[in-house]
Amino acid sequence: MSLREAGAITGVGETQYLRGTDRTALSFQLEASLNAIRDAGLRPSDIDGLIPYGHGAVAEDFITNFGIKDLRFSATTPMGGASAVAAIQCALAVIQAGICKHVLISLGRTGYSGGRIGTRVQQMPQFKVIGEFEMPLGAIAPAQLYAPMARRHMEMYGTTSRQLAEIAVTTRHHASLQRNATMRTPITIEDHQSSRMISDPLRLLDCSLESDGGAAVVISAPDRARDLAKRPIMVMGVAEGHPDSPSAITQRPDLTTLGLAKAAPKAFAMAGIERGDIDVAEVYDCFTYIVMCQLEDLGFCKKGEGGAFVEGGALGLNGRLPVNTHGGLLSQAHMAGMNHIVELARQLRGEADAQVQDAEIGLVTGYGDMGDGALAIMRRA
Amino acid sequence: MSYDKLVPSPSPETQPYWDGLNENRLRLQCCGECGKVRHYPRPMCDACWSMKTDWVDAAGVGTVHSWTITHYAFHPGFKGDLPYILLTVDLPEGVRMNAQARGIEASALRMGLPVKVVFDRVKDDLTLPVFEAA
Repeated sequence: MSLREAGAITGVGETQYLRGTDRTALSFQLEASLNAIRDAGLRPSDIDGLIPYGHGAVAEDFITNFGIKDLRFSATTPMGGASAVAAIQCALAVIQAGICKHVLISLGRTGYSGGRIGTRVQQMPQFKVIGEFEMPLGAIAPAQLYAPMARRHMEMYGTTSRQLAEIAVTTRHHASLQRNATMRTPITIEDHQSSRMISDPLRLLDCSLESDGGAAVVISAPDRARDLAKRPIMVMGVAEGHPDSPSAITQRPDLTTLGLAKAAPKAFAMAGIERGDIDVAEVYDCFTYIVMCQLEDLGFCKKGEGGAFVEGGALGLNGRLPVNTHGGLLSQAHMAGMNHIVELARQLRGEADAQVQDAEIGLVTGYGDMGDGALAIMRRA
Repeated sequence: MSYDKLVPSPSPETQPYWDGLNENRLRLQCCGECGKVRHYPRPMCDACWSMKTDWVDAAGVGTVHSWTITHYAFHPGFKGDLPYILLTVDLPEGVRMNAQARGIEASALRMGLPVKVVFDRVKDDLTLPVFEAA
């Protein structure tokens, strides 16, 4: 038994993305959720399963605000930025088990106005070990903890900062075409090269944003999905993967391989397609390097060839693999990858602001908690 | 001036590591059954699942595996150190550790660069490891 086509995205929703607000994260999460539910043509009380992002609203908040009378399932998938895509696997499993018909996956945050994302790791229990052994030495934020992965890749394979810049530039171009993006002014490779160094080799324009807002999707049972408001987006394959030494990058046998490398073969096998069948890819982009590394771990090129793969606008709308067509975490907003799922569904429906022509099959990845990965492959039904 | 950087909160499982540093010794935890060295300290051996633990004195040398040079203070206590080099180092005991580099030029950094551990008593009850060129 497999989860292939065990569920479909039937609704997507976002709030306006902001850098500065006096609203609460809960209000963003509820607004985005309501938008997703209405997009599907459902009522809030139709939701019978909840998988909220791990740091935010809880089931009680939704029951209370939505008036849900018969909630049948609630869980979280604690994988940081991979949580949202991992939640798709969880949703499909509970739908296939007959527990739920409509599962809401949602996130709301005040990542700019509330607790700043860049230094939040200090408070997270899965990073107790880093808190004790690395932070006292001055290795505190994700930029610093991930930079040695990028440096190792550069030393091993000759990857350059200008190649990472290609990712930032292309992603910003996509954001410039997007109505709901917080950073829309185009940038050049030279802009990237002259942006200030944060933790070498990562410059400011290699780093994602800190944002306020919310995003959500509804996953429905296939027999229900057909009768709803929008064309269903079927999940063809889904998997999560956890790296060796998941909390401490320092101790990981290969610094340049992520948990996604374990998930990718499973999800592609479930979907029964090849890499070349992918028309559009929404790839978790907390840092430019993480995009490049995931393209390798997804199998679009060999390990070490990611730098060459992204050159020459290859990730643009008309490139060999359009990536992060919404502007991603780098330029749209940091919604922990929930916005990547929203964008993939819109691309496959044909309703994206920066539309890839005739996009029929696409993928979305999540990456988080120092290396966890998740992947979902979808097609328009 | 009082010490204003982040400090560790050791547990009974990790305390011997910090006690070792305070004695200018780099001690690594190992399995009390099969002898496999592990870092960071934890309750169980992932090779044989024994919960018997032991400690060995590391040679205190290693080679650079990777690094980053930090130019932004993510905690105010580190502002005065900027820019600082953080090394990820392969130890001959089979594990890695990271620490700041001292007296090593950024231009000299390369994979395989030999380094040695020295000990920096930063406050009464806290000693941090630092890497210098070997």
